[in-house]
Amino acid sequence: MSEQFNLEIVSPENSFLKKDDVTEVVIPAFEGEMGILKDHISVISFLKPGIIKISSNNEENNFYVDDGIVEFKDNTLSILTSNIFDIKNSEASKIQDMIKEAEKELSDEKLDDQKRFIISQKVEVLKSLSLN
Amino acid sequence: MASLDDLKKRISSVKSTQKITKAMKMVAAAKLRRAQESAERGRPYSEKMNNIILNLSSGLSDKENAPKLLTGTGEDKVHLCVVMTADRGLCGGFNSNIIKKAKSYFKKLSDNGKTLKIITVGSKGYDQLKRVYKDSIIENISFKESKNANYFEANKVGKIIIEKFENKEFDVCTIFYNQFKNVITQIPQEQQIIPLKMTEDEINKSDESYEFEPDEDEILGNLLPKNISTQIFKAMLENSASEQGSRMSAMDNATRNAGEMVDKLTIEYNRSRQAAITKELIEIISGAESL
Repeated sequence: MSEQFNLEIVSPENSFLKKDDVTEVVIPAFEGEMGILKDHISVISFLKPGIIKISSNNEENNFYVDDGIVEFKDNTLSILTSNIFDIKNSEASKIQDMIKEAEKELSDEKLDDQKRFIISQKVEVLKSLSLN
Repeated sequence: MASLDDLKKRISSVKSTQKITKAMKMVAAAKLRRAQESAERGRPYSEKMNNIILNLSSGLSDKENAPKLLTGTGEDKVHLCVVMTADRGLCGGFNSNIIKKAKSYFKKLSDNGKTLKIITVGSKGYDQLKRVYKDSIIENISFKESKNANYFEANKVGKIIIEKFENKEFDVCTIFYNQFKNVITQIPQEQQIIPLKMTEDEINKSDESYEFEPDEDEILGNLLPKNISTQIFKAMLENSASEQGSRMSAMDNATRNAGEMVDKLTIEYNRSRQAAITKELIEIISGAESL
């Protein structure tokens, strides 16, 4: 019991997920993956495209996110994101579409390095998803 | 006095108008529920976003070099006003209330010698403003095709605003929308989003210490553009709920007025029918007497 904390994922349109029995969350923070356990220090960070791994008592869930902001405070982890979906329920065609779109963005010459880096990361993650 | 036939025609035309307004009211009521729900569902996101920004900006060590989106350009010359209205009419005072609010603000600006730039979201606002402020309107955005407000569209508007800000086209940005209080009351709002305005209470409230990764500046730089889109989205949600609420009460009134009119016309119809019969009787009787 003592190892659990609260998790809340909200998107602009609705409250995506709410859990109170989470034991560990791994988030793709901007400067590398970050694992969060109970009693983590208060932290604010933002996300790059990647996979959120949520371990609760008896199950493990994986979600893909495009971007987002993470706040951890008083044993509550809040993730604000505009594009998120469950990997288990995702459709291959949708992922393919997203890859295509991202690749199109990459071909834009005017892109600055940081954006290029983020988008190429996105393509990598999405491609690894579509392989499974 | 109108003939019986005319009265009959008028009664049936008012009745069919009543049918239309009644149907519109029902539709608005159904849509209102949906709009209200999505406005409520969207609330946690914008609240959280606000909180994080508050915490961030109060913890900001170097206020001089803070992102311009937070502190502004340091000047106060060119004002950008984003006027958000509906794409459809027949919703009572909904659109004109926003326009009225916006116009009084425009007047204040021009009295103080500021330059005015306008972006209209929603075609009704554009229609009403283009007569007087045609030269000030720099962009007219309308989402006529989509049924519900969604984040993707809000993001588009947000991006336009940020792009203009980065090109130094304006110093202060204000948005106008209707806040939904209940079905009868919607309050037109003006909200300044660039530079971000915070009340004293909010600033004093946040004294948490956080760890930031990467540093505050970078997070703020990433967060503030998102916050603009979020605020726009919030305004859109409030607006769509207000629009439906306003339309519902307007149509309710119209239905009631039509009902009253039908009653009045029916009485008049019956009276004149009776008068015609009486007249005929008198004619017959007086004809018989003269024999």
